[in-house]
Amino acid sequence: MSTLMESVAPAPPARRESLLRALLRNRSGLIGTVLTLLVVIVAVAGILGALPYDPAAQDVEAALQSPSGAHWFGTDQFGRDVLSRVASGLGSSLLVASVSVALSGSLGVVLGILAGYFGGVLDRAIGVLTNVLFAFPSLLLALTLAATLDRSWRTVALAIAVVYLPIFVRVARGPVLTLRSADYVIAATATGQRRLATLFTHILPNIRGIILVQVTLTLSWAVLTEASLSFLGFGTPPPAASLGVMVYDARALSSVAPWLLSGPGIALIVFVIGLNMFGAGLRDVVDPRSGVRR
Amino acid sequence: MKSTLIHLGGHPVTRRLGEALLTLLGVSVLTFTLLRVLPGDQITSSYGIDAGDLTKSQLAQLHAYYGLDKPLPEQFLSWLHGVFTGNLGYSSNAGQSVADMTADALPVTLELAVLAIVLALVIGIPGGMIAASRPGALRDGVAQTASLLVLSAPVFLTGTVLASILANSFGWNPNGQTFAPLTEDPLMNIQQMVLPALVLGVSIASPIMQTTRTAILDIRGEDFIRTARAKGVPEHALHVRHVLRNALIPIVTMSGLQFGFLLGGAVVAEQIFSLPGIGRQVLLGMGQKEYSVVQSTVLVIAVLFVLVNLVTDLVYRMVDPRVWSR
Repeated sequence: MSTLMESVAPAPPARRESLLRALLRNRSGLIGTVLTLLVVIVAVAGILGALPYDPAAQDVEAALQSPSGAHWFGTDQFGRDVLSRVASGLGSSLLVASVSVALSGSLGVVLGILAGYFGGVLDRAIGVLTNVLFAFPSLLLALTLAATLDRSWRTVALAIAVVYLPIFVRVARGPVLTLRSADYVIAATATGQRRLATLFTHILPNIRGIILVQVTLTLSWAVLTEASLSFLGFGTPPPAASLGVMVYDARALSSVAPWLLSGPGIALIVFVIGLNMFGAGLRDVVDPRSGVRR
Repeated sequence: MKSTLIHLGGHPVTRRLGEALLTLLGVSVLTFTLLRVLPGDQITSSYGIDAGDLTKSQLAQLHAYYGLDKPLPEQFLSWLHGVFTGNLGYSSNAGQSVADMTADALPVTLELAVLAIVLALVIGIPGGMIAASRPGALRDGVAQTASLLVLSAPVFLTGTVLASILANSFGWNPNGQTFAPLTEDPLMNIQQMVLPALVLGVSIASPIMQTTRTAILDIRGEDFIRTARAKGVPEHALHVRHVLRNALIPIVTMSGLQFGFLLGGAVVAEQIFSLPGIGRQVLLGMGQKEYSVVQSTVLVIAVLFVLVNLVTDLVYRMVDPRVWSR
């Protein structure tokens, strides 16, 4: 009886705090949190324009300078400051990745919960949708969508959201299948709670951890996909700086100015490693293998 | 959960085939719809800016000629009929039918994909075995860190960096020359394929390594391993014949799943290393706004991916009879 009461009661706020503390005690979680925070600060500075130089300002006299005290990441062939451009590029990466994961995550989780909880025709229809979206290699689907719609950062975010939608559907659906026959869910229904209310009070809180892990991992994939689309010429359009475009442009000058390649390259890798380690730490803390307890 | 399976009924293989067919139908509907939402249609794409000079009645005639005045479901069926009879459209830029272009490009991509998977297995399986031999030890940590690094570096970045270093420092740039097909100049062909295959292979070696490691650790704890050891099977035979052989099942499945990533990554790798594969065909079509090329090529890739997954799944069921009863 006491276990039933415990699981029915909503998680007290103190438990949330301990999740963060547990994450910081985890080595991967700590490194991931620090790296991600660092990158997010730089990216937000890029979005707000709080940068040492205007990322678009040209200064022909300062063209192609190697990294120095004045220009930490050097300058490009137009004399633009690479660090400021990297920060601005990280800003668009962060923006596109967050918007796309927010879209695919919210819609995907809702679809997944509905499919898992109600089953039947609805489940099969959603299953076909996910199978169809999974049938396209993710980069190819994003590329096709981004190339057919008009070019703006919004369409890029939308294209990436479509690509990662089915993953959230699957991640949410699986545990719901088990949860819907859990004692306390049956008890809630038996006491007269409406099924839709049960979904949000008893099922959603229980899959929160797994979804949080998936959100972090998908953010890292979204960052990579956005950069790959930009590299191929179908990502965030100019004049906004983009890490993928910077890497593409650096190719021609790589023998005389390798810093044009290393600046955006290192920023991208640090961002994605940070998100991956954050996600790995979070997964250790949440541990989906220990069941659906959290 | 069990009741839904029984409810769906049918032999698992029949059900899996039905699912694949349904997916393919959905794939063709989605691909067809994508072309419909595009600005312009076959007329503007084949006449270009000259389409602006056409009179209203000329436009109506052309619409009727291309069947664009018919209801969408009918247009879809006639397009699907074309696809089934091998009519994938025509590229005026290449002066070739898309079917012919695909027949030239597909072998290049398949060669690249096969080489990449071989390299990934050669790196990933021993890597996973080494990591699993002492879980938590230094070698495991090194393998995990390498795997994380590889996962975090996109193909376009590793490809660009590798190509730049080799060209700048060693003057080696085989991909700067015209592409040599395998049948004509195998020596040159291998040189042009090795870098893109390495870049793609390394990036999927990471999931293969992880799968190998997890599978070996899981299997080592199984009862039949204890039995074999008690029976007196020598340690190294135990590892090869009992552990690795069983671990191959998830490894094969993972390789099949990574095929989709390879087809997507091939777009990037072919672009960086100037290989005339199917990924480059899509990209060129997008750049030149030849959407019939894009549509057909995307369809070909998706169908290929669905089929590879289907075959992987069926092979998996054949190798591991336990899945039948699931």
